[in-house]
Amino acid sequence: MKLTLEIWRQKNADDKGHFETYELDDVSTHMSFLEMLDVLNQDLIKNGEEPVAFDHDCREAICGTCGFVINGVAHGHMKRNTVCQLHMRNFKDGDHLVLEPWRAKAFPLVRDLIVDRSAFERIQRAGGFISARTGSAPDANSILIPKPEAEAAMDFAECIGCGACVASCPNGAAMLFVGARIAHLGFLPQGQPEREERARAMVSVMEHEGFGACTNFTSCEATCPKGISIVGIAKMNKDYSQAKLFGGGKLGGK
Amino acid sequence: MKLDAKIPSGALADKWTDYKAHTKLVSPANKRKHTILIVGTGLAGGGAAAALGELGYKVKAFCYQDSARRAHSIAAQGGINAAKNYQNDGDTVFRLFYDTIKGGDFRAREANTYRLAEISNEIIDHCVAQGVPFAREYSGYLANRTFGGAQVSRTFYARGQTGQQLLLGAYNSLNAQVNAGNVEILERTEMLDLIVIDGIARGIVVRDMVSGEVSSHFGDAVLLCTGGYSNVFFLSTSAKGCNGSALWRAYKRGAGFANPSFTQIHPTAIPQAGDFQSKLTLMSESLRNDGRVWVPKKAGDDRPPAQIPEDERDYYLERIYPSFGNMVPRDVASRNAKNVCDEGRGIGKTKRGVYLDFAAAIERLGKDVIKDRYGNLFEMYEMINDENPYETPMMIYPAPHYTMGGLWVDYDLMSTIPGLFVLGEANFSDHGANRLGASALMQGLADGFFVIPNTLGAYIAEGKHPDVDPSCDAVREVEQSAKALNEKLLSINGSRTVDYFHRAMGMIMLDKCGMARSEEGLNEAIEKIRELRKEFWADVKVPGIGESLNQELEKAGRVADYFDLAELMCIDARERNESCGGHFREEYKTDEGEAKRDDENFRHVSVWEFMGEGQAPKAHKEELEFEYVELTQRSYK
Repeated sequence: MKLTLEIWRQKNADDKGHFETYELDDVSTHMSFLEMLDVLNQDLIKNGEEPVAFDHDCREAICGTCGFVINGVAHGHMKRNTVCQLHMRNFKDGDHLVLEPWRAKAFPLVRDLIVDRSAFERIQRAGGFISARTGSAPDANSILIPKPEAEAAMDFAECIGCGACVASCPNGAAMLFVGARIAHLGFLPQGQPEREERARAMVSVMEHEGFGACTNFTSCEATCPKGISIVGIAKMNKDYSQAKLFGGGKLGGK
Repeated sequence: MKLDAKIPSGALADKWTDYKAHTKLVSPANKRKHTILIVGTGLAGGGAAAALGELGYKVKAFCYQDSARRAHSIAAQGGINAAKNYQNDGDTVFRLFYDTIKGGDFRAREANTYRLAEISNEIIDHCVAQGVPFAREYSGYLANRTFGGAQVSRTFYARGQTGQQLLLGAYNSLNAQVNAGNVEILERTEMLDLIVIDGIARGIVVRDMVSGEVSSHFGDAVLLCTGGYSNVFFLSTSAKGCNGSALWRAYKRGAGFANPSFTQIHPTAIPQAGDFQSKLTLMSESLRNDGRVWVPKKAGDDRPPAQIPEDERDYYLERIYPSFGNMVPRDVASRNAKNVCDEGRGIGKTKRGVYLDFAAAIERLGKDVIKDRYGNLFEMYEMINDENPYETPMMIYPAPHYTMGGLWVDYDLMSTIPGLFVLGEANFSDHGANRLGASALMQGLADGFFVIPNTLGAYIAEGKHPDVDPSCDAVREVEQSAKALNEKLLSINGSRTVDYFHRAMGMIMLDKCGMARSEEGLNEAIEKIRELRKEFWADVKVPGIGESLNQELEKAGRVADYFDLAELMCIDARERNESCGGHFREEYKTDEGEAKRDDENFRHVSVWEFMGEGQAPKAHKEELEFEYVELTQRSYK
């Protein structure tokens, strides 16, 4: 099939950037979206032009490296998908597709469709963990976890950190991403001792990094490739308010 | 090159305990004076960085991805083995050890493999403590499933995303150490070369993949945790960025390369769809728990699967291997898939495929149970193939997946270059000639969290480690040669893309150094690879400049190394005149067509030493001693 692609080209963060139009004549329906871009890039290189830079790695929708906006929708129009697992059979002959990088204040542009998501790293480092020293753990079956809790933790742990939630939020909020880790660890008994401090620390860095606030558009949940629920945001808000209102006190009263 | 495996004396079951009891230690106050450089942040590298950070070492971790969480360990699906015996089905540390060493066709070290089995239980405890949401029974206890090459259920799992969850566990621990100020992570940074001063590994030269800046980092030890090199085949289940360059460049600086030809072709990947294909997607081995593998009995039977009656189907694994059935190890399952396709009984458009059928399991257990076990894998299959595996059998075919070969290491995980340690898939040590399912995650975490924290101390405690002078000749030479290589690649300005060469090399390798090998074929492959490499260095086109983000330049450097590595793989495969595990030489098979080992002449690790550009590598041997297992013809019948 034939396609027209309008792709954002920008050499680096200082460059102004512009859309460039490319016509593709022979796109197979079996290709993934990224394979289609591979073919375009091979042609560009042969013609002496620079290929379109885009992030990708596992191409199995699990590493979270890839992602850009296709016709206004993060990862394209198919639900629960990443661009690496989006197949061309989901498009029609003659389609006109506009490709843009994630656009958010907290994700500065690196090149073409690549953005800098290091703000996510700084949020995770603030508290997205359980401090379990290697060697300290008791036998794995000594703390039982009811199946529903374990499943709920897993539902949130599935987040791949791609950033689609931020890109699709009109406010550029990262709350689905942050809420996912807080809910994942918060559903587990092992996550309880640090639960409030985790929320306080992560939210504080999230705000500092320039992500927006949640105003319940829920476009994050709609475009999330792993279907992470906004219940995670509620969990985050709960833990955060608890930490702010009652946390940090001295339980012993001294 | 001297190969001293430094295996501790004493009984097999006591070696590791005794080692820990008597090894030298570094005092807590002194650990922070030692910088440790770690390349790669998967289960091995991420685990090592976290564990060494906890101990107080000053750790610098490097990864080419934009986040440590994206290392390719994340894509592992099925699970992780441990000898917990939670199922009361007769599992023990010895049994896990035995299954692993037998699964590897007796080409791994007893002591290393035993230690791996021993540590497996601590790993599960630790992962649960980190918050890994493993699958559970309704009682709240941990659940298990069965994997290939075993008759017990010892595999722990988190849906079909076990690798993702284990990696996030390691990543979270790593982040805790960054938070504590013990670890610094440099993302989008690729190692270009190893700095060796007076025969000792003292640093690495890296390229910032955004600015293109080349710089050096120094430390008292370097840990390579860079995974495998399956991408030498171009199409594999590895991530696009996975590469063998760190290993290859360390090899050129003096590290021995062990069993480079030992590669695993995984039986259950989605078959190739067309020439544009960029990689192959794995369908977890765990699917073979409930899926039955079959092809039509008649060659050239083009009917859709539903129209082929039961008595005209050949469930060939169940027929040939009645005791293990569909759960035979990967090398056996792959070879048999190839055989039935060679007989003209393959299915699908390309006729290179077999069915993996869930109809019987769905009838027995119901769709909900199957969905609970494999839901995300079924979804992924449907996304790629546009067919619903609940209704029609999956089509699968073997794909390059894992490399058992890697840099040679001793019991301490140290390579032949003092100060250079190699962990996880990047080393050669635990899986012999074939890796069993659910043991790669086990090895990565064992090496990173539990082995290296104990073995690194001895090296640090024994040495002096004076500061490196950043402007000394040795450092300058490595920096210059790394820069020169990139400049050369950019200057050729030929007519063909990097991918063209990579794809062509991959096809040669898959054809001649894949599931079946022969002396004649390997000779032919070596010839063709040399020709193609010549063409590459004369005609490759790498656009852009070095001083900016340049994905083509990154690829070109990796492919340049793959050419040399591919040649060494073929040389190694040609030298090993026997069949063992995934290394199947057509000349050496039993009457029944199974791999035929030659324990008298090849009960050793082949270790290759770099002798200079254009020179033949030098072969060394580490003889393998088996005190606790009897070398038998591996049978799964």
